[in-house]
Amino acid sequence: MNDPSIPGIPQLIEIARSVRIDIVQAIHHAKGGHFGGPLSAVELLVALYFRELNIDPVHPQWEDRDRFILSKGHSAIALYAVLAERGYFPVEELMTFDAIDSRMQGHPDMKQTPGVDMSSGSLGQGLSAGIGMALGARVLGKSFRTYVMIGDGESQEGQIWEAAFIASRYQLDNLVAILDYNKVQQFGWQYPEPLLPIDHPEEKFAAFGWHVIEIDGHDFNAILNAFDQAKMVKGKPTIIIAHTVKGKGVSFAEGKYQWHAKVPNDEELTLALAELVRREG
Amino acid sequence: MAQELSQRVVFGETLVELASQDSRVVCLDGDLATSTRTDMLFKAHPDRFFMMGIAEQNMFGVAAGMASVGLIPFVSTFACFTAKRALDQIRIVIAQPGLNVKFIGAYSGILTGKTGKTHQSVEDLTVFRAMPNVVSIAPIDGVEVRQAMHAMVEYDGPVYLRLTRDPMPVIMGDSYQFQIGKAVTLREGKDITLIGTGEQTQRCLDAANLLAADGISAFVLHVPTLKPLDVEAIVNAAAATGLVVTAEDHSILGGLGGAVAEVLGEEYPVPMKRIGLRDTFGESASNAPLLEKYGLTARHVAAAAKTLLEKRST
Repeated sequence: MNDPSIPGIPQLIEIARSVRIDIVQAIHHAKGGHFGGPLSAVELLVALYFRELNIDPVHPQWEDRDRFILSKGHSAIALYAVLAERGYFPVEELMTFDAIDSRMQGHPDMKQTPGVDMSSGSLGQGLSAGIGMALGARVLGKSFRTYVMIGDGESQEGQIWEAAFIASRYQLDNLVAILDYNKVQQFGWQYPEPLLPIDHPEEKFAAFGWHVIEIDGHDFNAILNAFDQAKMVKGKPTIIIAHTVKGKGVSFAEGKYQWHAKVPNDEELTLALAELVRREG
Repeated sequence: MAQELSQRVVFGETLVELASQDSRVVCLDGDLATSTRTDMLFKAHPDRFFMMGIAEQNMFGVAAGMASVGLIPFVSTFACFTAKRALDQIRIVIAQPGLNVKFIGAYSGILTGKTGKTHQSVEDLTVFRAMPNVVSIAPIDGVEVRQAMHAMVEYDGPVYLRLTRDPMPVIMGDSYQFQIGKAVTLREGKDITLIGTGEQTQRCLDAANLLAADGISAFVLHVPTLKPLDVEAIVNAAAATGLVVTAEDHSILGGLGGAVAEVLGEEYPVPMKRIGLRDTFGESASNAPLLEKYGLTARHVAAAAKTLLEKRST
């Protein structure tokens, strides 16, 4: 960690704070978008784009780059904010989110936004596309790696399990799935008692033949260690089950399904920004 | 007797040919290799053949990922599954980003080897015509299948290829040059225009012979590309006679008949009739009784032509 161009943990924490502020402001400005899911994924995305992925923001289409797919596409604003902070496009462009003619579409569009490697939005589809990239790397003799972030809610889709089966059957050790396990979906099961979107994902993926790593998805040390560990695994794909908090960083939204896609009003924006800035200390 | 070829056999042979010529060509199969004949590619190039199991939604997503890194995947399963089982996947990760995936609808129409309505496909052309960015091709014979597949590889974008199961005569000559988006005049005529797609154009040619025996001169236009549609050729063919019969092994709602009616309604209104499935599913049976019951024979095409001619003369 002597290379000054590689951000250390304190810098990653500061970047994550900026990303959260970007997200909250963009959603408030757009008067639309999802709130809780983007905020739970921030540390994972920052760790990917500022430390893990072999990428070049100046050449987003560089063919040997590592790939990332945001399968839980409704968290697009988090990806856009991280891409902007990483230099793919100006941070100010985030304020065009969801507007007509914007490159910041409501769900990721690989043909619109520099740095987006796969379109997504209809849930459950990203892991399959990631398999295609990982198999493609094998056919092309390339060493790039593919990372796919899935949500716990979308893991109810059958296609996730079709993909889980095939990834392990093809022994894709160049594929890493990251489960943003924030444990809250749009509404989900509330009665007679609340139920998780998916329970024991670690057992399910292990049963499908995956190497499973379980971490705190807001702890940069744990995230970076998990990425390193995944590179050592041979002959099977890895899933990082990242325990996260939906709405993380904005206390009144944390863990609340009501904030899945709620837009903060002016007062809530002020409160949220005050919290995000205050934690700067 | 003319030479006969199965479209699926030509598909398998051409896939091997394309994969041998172009290292980017791969195939994903939904466990139907011996039916769709992708087994030929497996034997020739096992490293370019990817068994995706009986899981079509994942298969189409995998193809999108492969295309995004520069491969040219051919995704092969029955038309009923391509157009319905994996439709949202095709829409989200193939059609919307315009990725270079070639998807096959094998065993299309109702002549599917006695498998019945679950495995027949009478709505696939409607589905893909309505989907932006997707080119749709339904060849008349084995010669056109081979040429269309070469054209598909040269074209950068999503293409749907609608194929049939059983051997049929070869119509196109050695000098034929398939072009995406181009219709082909197979016979000039002055009394009635017959417009077909896929193998059903062969029954239009047979109908033209039946009509000729009654002194009626039929113009036959083959429309292998449903999208982009050759509007100019369709308007010219309609103008040549002033009456149009369309024919397809597919629903008349939104397929070739629907497309021609839309074009002529806006550009050159003429009386027309549509031969095809009339808002119904099929059933299990061998080909001859199916064609008879669902009104797809050459005799049905000729009868529709005569009805239009009689109306015009009264």
